[in-house]
Amino acid sequence: MSERSKLEVRHLTAWFGKTAAIKDVSLSVPAHTVLAIIGPSGCGKSTFIRCLNRMHELTAGTRVEGSVLIEGEDLYARGVDPVFIRRRVGMVFQRPNVFPTMSIRENVLAGLRLNGVRGDHASILEDTLRRTALWDEVKDRLDESAVRLSGGQQQRLCIARAIAVEPEVLLMDEPASALDPIATARIEELIGELKQGYTIVIVTHNMQQAVRISDDTAFFYLGELVEHGPTKQIFTTPRVPRTEDYVTGKFG
Amino acid sequence: MKSQRSRRAVDLFMTALCGTCTALALIPLASILWLVVRNGAGAISLTFLTALPAPVGETGGGVGNAIAGTLFMVGLAALCGVPLGIGAGVFLAERGDGPLGRTVRFCAEVLGGVPSIVVGIVAWGLIVVPMHRFSALAGAAALAILMIPTLARATEEMIRLVPTALREASLALGVPAWRTSLSVVLRTALGGIVTAVLLALARAAGETAPLLFTALNNQYWNLRPDQPTSSLTVQIYNYAISPYDDWHQKAWAAALTLLLMVGLLNLTARWLAGGRMQRGPA
Amino acid sequence: MPRADAGDPAEMALAAPSTLRRAGLRALGDRAFAVALTGLGLWVLVIAGVIVTVCYRLARPAFAKLGVLPFLAGSDWNPVEDSYGALPFLYGTLVTSAVAILVALPVAIGLALFLVEMAPAWVRKLVSFLVELLAAIPSVVYGLWGLFVLVPWLRETVEPALGRWLGFLPLFRGPPIGVGYLAAGLILALMILPTITAVSVEVLRTAPATQREGALALGATRWEAIRMASLPYARRGIVGATILGLGRALGETMAVTMLLGNQPEIHASLFAAGYSLPAVIANEFAEATGDIHIGALAALALVLCGTTFALNAAARLLIRVPAERRTPARASA
Repeated sequence: MSERSKLEVRHLTAWFGKTAAIKDVSLSVPAHTVLAIIGPSGCGKSTFIRCLNRMHELTAGTRVEGSVLIEGEDLYARGVDPVFIRRRVGMVFQRPNVFPTMSIRENVLAGLRLNGVRGDHASILEDTLRRTALWDEVKDRLDESAVRLSGGQQQRLCIARAIAVEPEVLLMDEPASALDPIATARIEELIGELKQGYTIVIVTHNMQQAVRISDDTAFFYLGELVEHGPTKQIFTTPRVPRTEDYVTGKFG
Repeated sequence: MKSQRSRRAVDLFMTALCGTCTALALIPLASILWLVVRNGAGAISLTFLTALPAPVGETGGGVGNAIAGTLFMVGLAALCGVPLGIGAGVFLAERGDGPLGRTVRFCAEVLGGVPSIVVGIVAWGLIVVPMHRFSALAGAAALAILMIPTLARATEEMIRLVPTALREASLALGVPAWRTSLSVVLRTALGGIVTAVLLALARAAGETAPLLFTALNNQYWNLRPDQPTSSLTVQIYNYAISPYDDWHQKAWAAALTLLLMVGLLNLTARWLAGGRMQRGPA
Repeated sequence: MPRADAGDPAEMALAAPSTLRRAGLRALGDRAFAVALTGLGLWVLVIAGVIVTVCYRLARPAFAKLGVLPFLAGSDWNPVEDSYGALPFLYGTLVTSAVAILVALPVAIGLALFLVEMAPAWVRKLVSFLVELLAAIPSVVYGLWGLFVLVPWLRETVEPALGRWLGFLPLFRGPPIGVGYLAAGLILALMILPTITAVSVEVLRTAPATQREGALALGATRWEAIRMASLPYARRGIVGATILGLGRALGETMAVTMLLGNQPEIHASLFAAGYSLPAVIANEFAEATGDIHIGALAALALVLCGTTFALNAAARLLIRVPAERRTPARASA
């Protein structure tokens, strides 16, 4: 595919025991774009992105075949350490999962500190919080417990925590599904800005959201990639009838 | 078919019966607490809490050395029992799903029920026999052995309460598994583990049987690990089975002291646990 | 961690040197941590092994000299003549534990039902706290209270009354002396009550709400719903709880030592003084001289140890099953 693709997935199949949750998926994501993954629940969206930073294998009894290339390097090649992958491919989860024992400051810097990365932590802190539009809201209470933030703030803090370690790719698993509409709008706005610096893959069950934030869209059904293309085309002139059924709300 | 009325009567009767059972459990508790306070409060004084016991036949004296001995031995026991117990608990929570983990868990559960007097014999065989001397160390070893299995199970439970989401958040940042375990998971569970430690210390302070022939007793102050040492519980026992009224009075007073110590530890543990509940998980 | 399958060899060759590959060095931390943790876990097994080994080695001279069967079945205990029979202690331990279970079990079930099914939230909280308090009281304090409160009450009120009304049973004959099987059994009942109650509450809570609600919807009274839905479900767990309580009762030392009278004899009457396994160890071990006396006491400890091991193992197996079937709806109640 394109020479500039940041992330390339080739013939990826992911297993839970004997059932394949993802079946032979191939696609690529150009740098500085947002790819939205859509599909009915249980179609393997979450499993798919958990394969992109090797979080899938943390569940007992799982197995992955195929390859995922980041700038041409295979994450699944022998001898590759998943820990290093995860520093280059960050992840934001469905529900905000701030570390409850840590302050706001410690949460943002957690990745750096726990990995023993030195540097100008103070400026990284401010810069990251500014990029996630949290700085003005929290700058006076950086040492308070992160648990005291609102749900939307917590999720933006999780995004800040993920980008503080300077990943190249950011995976988001329905990051706004547990949030209210206003907080969701802020997250969507944020994703548009983060696109400048990162390549983003986002799972969403909300088709409006996919249209608003993504450049490309991939539609998954029962573990298979049904259709993948520019978002506009997927939602206006889908090639596969099943995609059309889904995006027009006939099922799912 | 029984009549509606008799069915309701049975229901009422059984409810009353269950209420009676509750009363049956609580009356002795009230009696114990009330009598320990009533009989003990009169004899407690600064002298009682700080002085050495009076020789047989003389009145007065106190349990200062016994309080110090209990604190000393529980401290020594904690030094070894707390790290090992927590460590075993972390093992069970983090790597306890294999056959080895299941064996260790089963052993910890079963060890939790081994009578403390048996553990006393073990500490005697391990430490008193080779040292040819009863000692605080032997007493502390027995208490540590009793601490480890309960602490291991409690620690495991606390760690398993930490949401997977936190562990995943840390791993997704590229933090190695061991760092994640220590800096995120264990740190989050720490409040609960501290509670479990306090409860284990309270239990250890209340043990008598494993000290009878390990630490034995001592009429004087002792803070040397290789010497026989007095403890509050053994002192209560000796006073209680004596024929002297004066000593009986001392037994009550020492029991009040012990209950206050144990109660304080329990209440602190509860208060810590309660505070955590209110703040709630993330 | 399961190994992820690598892609085909051609692609693996493609994946040139990179920041992704420092696995060898970095994985050292994880491996060291795993080894350290396993080491800590093994301590539990070491302790279990040491307990059994030490008791066995101390007991061996006695078994060698006396023989296992004659020792267990003998009823004469005389350290002066090196004659040791375990029967009076086995008997005393069994009788006091049986009294304890017979008294504690119904009360614990009633109390657990009260807590789970009947009490309003604040009462439940308060009573649960008090029952936990009961569990936190040191055994020697129970002994003290038993000696100065329970024993006089039994001697002056309960035992004469029992003798008058139930004296036709051998169990309730003889002079009311206060200390004895009955006193020790009752104090044990009080001490194991929190254990049995706590586990029973736990299993009753896990009983599926749907069945109980179904019964209530059919017009059953609260008691009928408990009898039809909750109790049958919890039976297995309550049996487990009872065995757990029995294990505690068998090994309980101080309170029994103070209330049982400490006579190595066997009597049918619950009013009589007896002796128990832990009590004789507590009283004689510090002053025991000679391998045979120590050995005989260690042999008693071994019996105690083996019995409680077996009981606890059985109890855990019985209790674990309902815990796995836990339904979220009631578990959070």
